[in-house]
Amino acid sequence: MEIGIPKEIHPGEKRVATTPDVAEKIIQLGFDVSIESGAGVLANISDEAYKEVGCTIRKTAKTLWKNADIVFKVRPPETHPELALDETELLSKGGHVISFIWPAQNKDLLQKLSDKNATVLAMDCVPRLSRSQKMDALSSMANIAGYRAVIEAAEHFDRFFTGQITAAGKIAPAKIMVIGAGVAGLAAIGTAHSLGAIVRAFDTRPEVKEQIESMDAEFLMLEFVEDGSGSGGYAKTMSKEFIAAEMDLFARQAMQVDIIITTALIPGKPAPKLITAGMVESMRPGSVIVDLAAEQGGNCALTEKDKVIVKHGVTLIGYTDLPSRMAAQSSQLYATNLRHLLTELCPDKNGIIDVNMDDDVIRGTTVIKAGQITWPPPALAVSATPAPQTEEPAVADVEKPAKPSLIPEPIKQLLPLVLIGSALFALGSVAPVSFMSHFTVFILSCFIGYQVIWNVSASLHTPLMSVTNAISGIIIIGAVIQISSPGFMITLLSGLAILIASINIAGGFLVTRRMLEMFKK
Amino acid sequence: MISPGFIIMSYVVASILFILSLSGLSHQETSRRGNYYGMAGMAIALCATILSDSVDSYIILIIALAIGGVIGTKAAIKVEMTQMPELVAIMHSLVGMAAVLVGYANFIDSSFGLEGIEKTIHEVEIYIGIFIGAVTFSGSVIAFGKLCGKIDGKPYMIPGRHWLNLGLLLATLWLGSIFLSATETGGGTFALIIMTLIAFAFGVHMVMAIGGADMPVVVSMLNSYSGWAAAATGFMLSNDLLIVTGALVGSSGAILSYIMCRAMNRHFLSVIAGGFGSTGGEAATVEGEVISIDVQEATQLLSDAKKIIIIPGYGMAVAHAQHTVNEITKVLRAQGKNVAFGIHPVAGRMPGHMNVLLAEAKVPYDIVFEMDEINDDFADVDVSIVIGANDIVNPSALDDPNSPIAGMPVLECWKSATTIVLKRSMATGYAGVGNPLFVHKNTRMLFGDANDTMQAVLKAINS
Repeated sequence: MEIGIPKEIHPGEKRVATTPDVAEKIIQLGFDVSIESGAGVLANISDEAYKEVGCTIRKTAKTLWKNADIVFKVRPPETHPELALDETELLSKGGHVISFIWPAQNKDLLQKLSDKNATVLAMDCVPRLSRSQKMDALSSMANIAGYRAVIEAAEHFDRFFTGQITAAGKIAPAKIMVIGAGVAGLAAIGTAHSLGAIVRAFDTRPEVKEQIESMDAEFLMLEFVEDGSGSGGYAKTMSKEFIAAEMDLFARQAMQVDIIITTALIPGKPAPKLITAGMVESMRPGSVIVDLAAEQGGNCALTEKDKVIVKHGVTLIGYTDLPSRMAAQSSQLYATNLRHLLTELCPDKNGIIDVNMDDDVIRGTTVIKAGQITWPPPALAVSATPAPQTEEPAVADVEKPAKPSLIPEPIKQLLPLVLIGSALFALGSVAPVSFMSHFTVFILSCFIGYQVIWNVSASLHTPLMSVTNAISGIIIIGAVIQISSPGFMITLLSGLAILIASINIAGGFLVTRRMLEMFKK
Repeated sequence: MISPGFIIMSYVVASILFILSLSGLSHQETSRRGNYYGMAGMAIALCATILSDSVDSYIILIIALAIGGVIGTKAAIKVEMTQMPELVAIMHSLVGMAAVLVGYANFIDSSFGLEGIEKTIHEVEIYIGIFIGAVTFSGSVIAFGKLCGKIDGKPYMIPGRHWLNLGLLLATLWLGSIFLSATETGGGTFALIIMTLIAFAFGVHMVMAIGGADMPVVVSMLNSYSGWAAAATGFMLSNDLLIVTGALVGSSGAILSYIMCRAMNRHFLSVIAGGFGSTGGEAATVEGEVISIDVQEATQLLSDAKKIIIIPGYGMAVAHAQHTVNEITKVLRAQGKNVAFGIHPVAGRMPGHMNVLLAEAKVPYDIVFEMDEINDDFADVDVSIVIGANDIVNPSALDDPNSPIAGMPVLECWKSATTIVLKRSMATGYAGVGNPLFVHKNTRMLFGDANDTMQAVLKAINS
């Protein structure tokens, strides 16, 4: 089968769906590869480079689409600016398209492709399973976007990232806050950290705390318990209370940090507005905000899609084409993701693909099978993190611990104290002074005992017990004081008490000594 | 003689020495010094009191001291380490008895001449002191009997025992009010004697209802009571040294009991209320096949193993097997194997019981670990040897919510590749709970007396 790679027609798109390295490996799988002339130019790949590894060069888009059985693309098919034709119309009947499709946003496109009896695999629909990671183009692109976001920020930020002490004075390191620690966020954290900045990061999913800390960034804790993990390792919408607490945190951070990089996205929903106009205003002039969610409306209220603007002295970057800005890198990663998918589709390596709908990964990726729209796929129960949660109980969880426990808890804790306190005061009001002084000694001694005993190591509990036993033989003092009082009975009783207490003292101390001798190493 | 100021100063010094003694016991290195501090404190306190003006009956005093000292010394030298719990229990009873005697002596002594509220408080102090002393005495005697096997270790339950306890308590309070309202000297004697008898009964009943597996808690609780008895006597005699020392011992025992309860994941009150081991009816019965092995096979398992953990229990103490276990440990370590001991906090019949036995056998204490230190290591262990332990290695504590020991942390030896369990026969533990460990697929049972079996293993390893 012939795989065709047309030139991307989206304005500003520099990426290409395959590179010579990858094309060579695809040819080894038994496929023919044809390239539209100039497809790789913007990613610095010449037609000759493709030709060298055995690709056919097609002069025009029309001939390419006509001859190709499978078309690899980056952007979803759209209207060709020069031919005034839709790419879907160029596709031969019953052909295959593998590309980013975004089926949720592009229902019309799905219909058009389905009318062509096409089979379409969407790279944005690759299920998140551990075996499909090598095909996860979203992660590859997010990784690049995260890196590039820091680089773009660095370009517009007019100071160093790293702190320095120079002959000309001390330079404080830049402070960066990253919101959302997905692949892009983590890549941004790593890049910013390696440039020397102080990095803080926030995410609604508590399980990423460890990941953030592993990148040497500080995890911004919220004094609020709610798990933001949705299914498939993505975040979900949080409760109102949570968002309020979150906004409060961002407002405080905005005043401190120099650069904010936002990457917060919720699948299938507009990006949450996390940075308000007021927060932008509170930032120091010269600060930079990079909004990686600009495509979905932006996390910052003031971002404008695809533009760099300056508001309140703060540069707001709303580029949606960050991967395309590193075309060679992103083309290479995307091409590799495509090749991995192709390998799955062609297990026999005979140059023929088989869209096997029993395979979870292929089933999830396929949005149209021979004209039949198969999107959305049935839910996969497997998540990147254990125990996927639905939204309902998570929200309910927040309500429970917050409200009813608030009122009885302090009273519950205080009640014994109040009772003991009033009992002590009641005693104090009737007891004579002499008793109270003894009582003071008693209470203080209890506390000393309490403090001392906690430190005793468990292996010494038996010696401790026998030594306290010997010490409690101190009751002998009581008997000694009494023994000289007049009266035979008193003398007899006291004498007996002295006798048995002294058994205690002698026996207790000696047996402790014997035991401790054995504890020598 | 010496001035009262000097006596008070001596008491202060003695109190400080006692505190240093207890804090010295927190580490192996300082523990011996701690014991000497205790002795010094006791000597100073005793000498100062004897030399004070109020004491002149030296003959009786010295005779009593000498007899007591000799008996105590003999007991300390003769006692075997496996009998430590019994010794400690019987010594608690002596403190309790002494408190009762001193209380009576003080009651008979009318030379105080107190009036009004002070008299009432003094009488309350006498009453409470005697009550605690009597409960400590009879409770300790029963604990002693249970520990040395003279009394059956099973919880002994009277129907409606909680009501009985409540009734005894109310009777004590009622007698107390009669005792306090008696105006003439010696008028309350009858009430006091009846109360003492009730307190004796109370102590007997309380400890009888507690099962053998809870003995570490009981022993440390009685330790605590003996301290409170001394403190109450201190109040009675207006003697700060007794109050300080009693409070130290009392809180020490209370914390030990708390630590023991926590180790068993049980509430203190439920231990004291007793009846442990009697509610096991609903727990899942253990079914499965016991795989038993002989000494040769056990030896083979040991010589193939690299990492071995030994878990001693009360059975080791009963069989006096600690020396043999140490010999085996030495041989295995000489062969380059990694041998460690895992000690459960409530193994044995008193806190720290196993540590004392292993120390007696001269097992180096740096290979003896507490449960929390060693529990995560079992996955890497080739062979765990359980010597006469049952409840502390019972997996149903973790996975059977109906088990009477549910929630108690246990040594998770079943995670090791093989577990060898040394046991006299297929009987249940003190808690009367079946143990799924014995029928676990990785478990091999080695039946027989622990010491004899270990001797045979030692012979086989050496040959």
